[in-house]
Amino acid sequence: MRNPVFILWLCVAAALTFGTAKLIDNPYVFFAGYVVLQYIVLSTGWNILGGYTGYVNFGTAAFFAMGAYSTVVLHKTVPDLPLPVMIAVGGVISGVIGLGTGYLTLRLRGTFFGIATLAMSVVVQTLITNWSFVGGSRGAYVVRPDTTEYFGIDYIEYLFLLMLALSVIAVGVARAIEKSRLGYGFATIRDDELAAEATGVPTLKLKLLATALSGGFMGMAGAPLPYYVTYLDPASGFSLSYAVNTIAMPLIGGTSSWLGPVIGAVLLGTLQQVATVTISSALSLLIVGLMLVGFVILAPKGIIGWFAPKGPRK
Amino acid sequence: MDLPLDLLGNALVSGLLLGGFYAAVTVGVSISFGMLDIVNIAHPAFIILGSYIAYICNSTFGMDPILASILATPAFYLLGMAIYHVYDVSFERRGDSGLRGLAFFFGILFITEVSLVLTFGVDYRLVEATYIGQSLHIGPIDLPFRLLVPFLISLALMGGLHLYMSRTFIGRAIQAVAQDPLALRLMAADPSKIKRIAFGMSIATASIGGAILIIIQPVEPSIGRDYIGRIFAICVMGGLGSFGGALIAAMALGIMESFTSTFFGPSWSPAVSFGFLLLTLAFRPSGLFGRA
Repeated sequence: MRNPVFILWLCVAAALTFGTAKLIDNPYVFFAGYVVLQYIVLSTGWNILGGYTGYVNFGTAAFFAMGAYSTVVLHKTVPDLPLPVMIAVGGVISGVIGLGTGYLTLRLRGTFFGIATLAMSVVVQTLITNWSFVGGSRGAYVVRPDTTEYFGIDYIEYLFLLMLALSVIAVGVARAIEKSRLGYGFATIRDDELAAEATGVPTLKLKLLATALSGGFMGMAGAPLPYYVTYLDPASGFSLSYAVNTIAMPLIGGTSSWLGPVIGAVLLGTLQQVATVTISSALSLLIVGLMLVGFVILAPKGIIGWFAPKGPRK
Repeated sequence: MDLPLDLLGNALVSGLLLGGFYAAVTVGVSISFGMLDIVNIAHPAFIILGSYIAYICNSTFGMDPILASILATPAFYLLGMAIYHVYDVSFERRGDSGLRGLAFFFGILFITEVSLVLTFGVDYRLVEATYIGQSLHIGPIDLPFRLLVPFLISLALMGGLHLYMSRTFIGRAIQAVAQDPLALRLMAADPSKIKRIAFGMSIATASIGGAILIIIQPVEPSIGRDYIGRIFAICVMGGLGSFGGALIAAMALGIMESFTSTFFGPSWSPAVSFGFLLLTLAFRPSGLFGRA
């Protein structure tokens, strides 16, 4: 399928999703759906680096919260800025941070990058906690308007729609990368970085591109968060559950294709929404942890691996 | 700048003592990451588990936390062997230890943390012992036993492990396994058995590390994460797998954190280790004391 056709199908799927949610006519559907969509963007973004090049990023929470806090800052300084612009700004900031972290650590073995990202989320959290302008450890309040001037719909529907659009963009970009020269370059890094370097693949440049794109999408996923929760404090913005979910979803769905993170996000995201309501949120996180460990041991290719034709290709 | 001298001295001493403690929590990772090349990011979670075991023994039986942790080491050793066995079968033999191996340990970290939250809640827990709360005074310098005892235990632990690694057959085999598993096979030792023993030992140190952590500060399930940056920063700075290097790096970090929290406030100290880790990785990836 060619890319424009694929994008068209994605848009149709998105329109159907919104239509269905609207038909159910229950605001909770939009609240729960927003979280699932947010995880589609997060896990697709993570997979651009993690799945395609094989570098594990444990710092999802840092990129995500950076996007969210950039919105808090913009909300305080230029409150009239439309949300899509704030999302773009959040994406750019997180992308640049991703680029910087990548530049410092990606020249080394892959595990160092993983460790550095993990430590990074602790430090970014320290910085935010000590920054009183965005509320410090007390957190910040963001007033959410009831309706929007755009389509006259509820604000939560507007947020849902924005996140839906972001998912379409993220999945579209991920698939376009996968089928392009860039995607093959990423795959050579994942399979054998030394050999790739030796055959003239500009590995560092490609890795930095992947880190920036991946960080950017995570930041964009986080940017609308303050309007969604209306109250943001460092402990919830940097919650480890974002990192765990974002790693678990692609690994459970399958990391080799754009479809894996989407399947993982929809499955785990929905499961957690249900489990949080019916059982408890701590237990639903335990389920995610157990599924992650179970899948990496027993089904290394994830759910899409069950349906893939048997062959030598990874 | 005019610095009060006794404040400076106290910050220096408490940094040194803190560094000794950091060395004890790092030594397990020095074995697993430095020698075996296993990126066990779940190590801090096992340390917290050790803290809770010391807490249970202390609060129900009135047992000394350090004694309790030494008694718990065999259980931790077996746990470590079991985890390595799963890791070995699922990842190392498939040659898939990168992404999925990391995710595996990350999952274990998370499961341990959430299980502790579900069992004990998120309240801070602490232990009681006769030496907690007292201090030794040497001139203007205070030496709180709360820090001094962990420091001495930590030195003993490091010294003991160093002797074991350099004097015994298994210890030398552990040092050899990361360098050349094939040559090790020719010496009639099974690499995966040696690694299993070494990983068991690395988790066993987490029991003792956990006990001294809960002596130093109250513990709740998620504080383990603060230690991930520190532990790996120390391990990398000290040159992977070098106990002496780790000890020096731990003390350097301890002193820096102590100065940061004395002069800028304690909420900044977590940033120190990360800044150091990034700088080390960027400019001297083989560590300050490692062989280049």
